[in-house]
Amino acid sequence: MSTEAAAEQTATNNEVILPEMYTRIDAIIEKYKDKPGSLIPVLQQAQEVCGYLPHLVQRYIAKGMNMSPSVVFGVATFYSYFTLVPRGKHVIRVCLGTACYVKRSEEIIEKIKAELDLEVGEITRDKKYSLEAVRCLGACGLAPVVVIGQDTYGDVAATKVMDIIKKYD
Amino acid sequence: MICAGTGCVANGSLKVKDALETELIKRNLQKEVKIVLTGCNGFCAKGPVMVVYPEDIFYQLVKPEDVPHLVEEHFIKGRPVQKFLYTPPADKNTIPVMNDIPFFKHQVLRALRNRSLIDAEKIEEYIARDGYMAAAKALTEMTPEQIVVEMKKSGLRGRGGAGFLTGLKWELCARVSGDIKYILCNGDEGDPGAFMDRSVMEADPHSVLEGMIIAAKAINAHYGYIYVRAEYPLAVQRLQLAIESAKDHGLLGKDILGTGFDLDLEIYQGAGAFVCGEETALMASIEGKRGMPRAKPPFPAVKGLWQRPSVLNNVETFANIPPIILHGADWYASLGTEKSKGTKVFALSGALNNIGLVEVPMGTPLKTIIYDIGGGIKNNRKFKAVQMGGPSGGCIPGSLIDTPVDFENINKTGAIMGSGGMVVMDETTCMPAMAKFFLEFTEDESCGKCVPCRIGNKTLLTILQRITNGEGREGDIELLLDLSQQIKDTSLCGLGQTSPNPVLTTIKYFRDEYEAHIKEHRCPARVCTPLVKFVVDQSKCKKCGQCFKACPAGALKWEKGQVAYIDPEKCTKCKSCIKACRFWSID
Ligand SMILES: Cc1cc2nc3c(=O)[nH]c(=O)nc-3n(C[C@H](O)[C@H](O)[C@H](O)COP(=O)(O)O)c2cc1C
Ligand code: SF4
Ligand code: SF4
Ligand code: FES
Ligand code: FES
Repeated sequence: MSTEAAAEQTATNNEVILPEMYTRIDAIIEKYKDKPGSLIPVLQQAQEVCGYLPHLVQRYIAKGMNMSPSVVFGVATFYSYFTLVPRGKHVIRVCLGTACYVKRSEEIIEKIKAELDLEVGEITRDKKYSLEAVRCLGACGLAPVVVIGQDTYGDVAATKVMDIIKKYD
Repeated sequence: MICAGTGCVANGSLKVKDALETELIKRNLQKEVKIVLTGCNGFCAKGPVMVVYPEDIFYQLVKPEDVPHLVEEHFIKGRPVQKFLYTPPADKNTIPVMNDIPFFKHQVLRALRNRSLIDAEKIEEYIARDGYMAAAKALTEMTPEQIVVEMKKSGLRGRGGAGFLTGLKWELCARVSGDIKYILCNGDEGDPGAFMDRSVMEADPHSVLEGMIIAAKAINAHYGYIYVRAEYPLAVQRLQLAIESAKDHGLLGKDILGTGFDLDLEIYQGAGAFVCGEETALMASIEGKRGMPRAKPPFPAVKGLWQRPSVLNNVETFANIPPIILHGADWYASLGTEKSKGTKVFALSGALNNIGLVEVPMGTPLKTIIYDIGGGIKNNRKFKAVQMGGPSGGCIPGSLIDTPVDFENINKTGAIMGSGGMVVMDETTCMPAMAKFFLEFTEDESCGKCVPCRIGNKTLLTILQRITNGEGREGDIELLLDLSQQIKDTSLCGLGQTSPNPVLTTIKYFRDEYEAHIKEHRCPARVCTPLVKFVVDQSKCKKCGQCFKACPAGALKWEKGQVAYIDPEKCTKCKSCIKACRFWSID
């Protein structure tokens, strides 16, 4: 099987995209279609709709924006803001920026990886949590920083981080 | 004045505000006491932070449940509440007045001139502090040439990293003819460990807009973008609001202040790629492409965004411009050193007592910043080095603590000024591991366009990985030095040209640590786990038992008056004991 066909198959197998999502994406495309250079905002907003950027949606956007899918895929993979895999109900983001690194934020990641049995960029089997490593959240004064969903936690100790995570169910 | 910067909000400052509002109403004081939400005050580590005027009392670490007590004492009985006042480390007496606190005392605020004084969401408050006066002056009284001359005379150098003379950059673009030009603001702030641009955008967005209006007049641009990282939602929101209120006040849009000059500004959200901070990559990104740098020339001043002449400046650079136009180049140039004028904002973080955002005159000795403002190293540890300029910069060792901080002197050490991140390290930081950390960053962020950066950095990383894994080989240090020089010389953009700096400076100043890793299979800072033995050195152990208390796995055996022992069967190598031991007795 060619890689393309393989991608197509995994895409159709796992990706559930609701009709209403397409309606909202249509509206986004309509708004930006004629504006040069607007692929990035379109992808940002589409990601807000779906939670991530499924392959099918990328193709859909390519068609709507009149671009080749490879351009869309190229941009979507270049920027770290975009994710091509689904996220958990709660996204745990651990900062690995310099200020957090010198405060040993790596140990926080190791701890979460061991406790939740997942790797960075993965989602737990019950789909409850996903773990991401990020580069500086601009809250270095509070290092080391962990963000869960929309909540920022500063001065987090590796030994205490699971207590915080468990509050999110 | 309650701080509503990102740090303080994370620490619950909005709940403090709600509690305060309720309490003031309860006490019928809502008319006498006005609550204002400000941007970052700078002293983020002590958040939530609050300043009460006119007395200028600085409160820190305020919790919502403490508010009734605070209102009772301060606003009714008129005495500052001891419990929330600042106490210097190693001192018992509190310091109530903000500007008496060493953290604030040594600072000179120019880019941050409105810090803790205005509500970022109210244009009236910005205007009341001379806001938009400079823009009015530039638009009504000055020609583009006069603005350029004034800027060149002020000696202001770009705050985004390279330190290029701002006036000169404008002049280059002003000279190019063309009816469409762009003015661009770089709010990408990709250097991890730096957060001053964020703070300016959140706390004083109008100062950025005003700087951009003046620049637009100088180069004759009528359209502009502010490029902000998507990770900074509050900054985006505040800038958006600022643009709208400026339009409502006739300060942006068509026919600004009736002068016939038009300028429209738009926000563009970046999508998380460090290399997009580089100017040509940033422009490619606004055009909707992968953010890859291209070779210069042509310079952006000639061919920039959409192939049009463009000027890109950093957020802090723009924030500095209005006072220069208003008070003149001579006033501005009166502070600073021969070739670095004015002030610079730094983000202090790491092993310091006082973490936060500070603005000091150029040329201030590193020592003043670290000890007087930063309050020295936490837990009485030793100052080892400070990383300046992030992944493109380098470390400055403790022995160079008297270095005056300006562009020239920092470059001499092998580090760079960069955007102003200062990450302070104590002796628990391993320098080869630090270099590896930065290389992981650059290797990941390299856009991949040119070979030296893409492959070279990967090779550097591989060598550093084997050194920190205890598999370093004879000759690895020389190999690192050699390869670093090649990457610097042959990479296309600033990312590759500077990425070896952390390697070069750590070898320059801490070569013995590299040698210990390679030759003795030892990590002096006990950071690289494969090189740590987790054995108590009987001769060094002071029998204090701290390690025993810290171990979460029950692997430590210790009794009063006895030397400690680690059971290798139970030890999970978590290093809690190593951190707890004050005597470096665990190898
Ligand atoms: C890899 C790389 C990343 C950069 N990141 C930033 C950044 O995050 N913010 C910034 O203002 N400048 C950044 N710069 C510098 C810009 O290219 C540019 O020089 C600067 O924004 C110009 O503004 P200034 O003259 O006001 O400093 C970066 C440069 C390189 C090579
Ligand atoms: S130096 Fe690195 S980031 Fe810059 S163009 Fe080359 S590969 Fe890309
Ligand atoms: S903390 Fe250090 S000095 Fe104290 S008992 Fe443990 S090994 Fe010995
Ligand atoms: S380095 Fe973690 S928030 Fe900046
Ligand atoms: S966020 Fe409040 S002091 Fe920085």
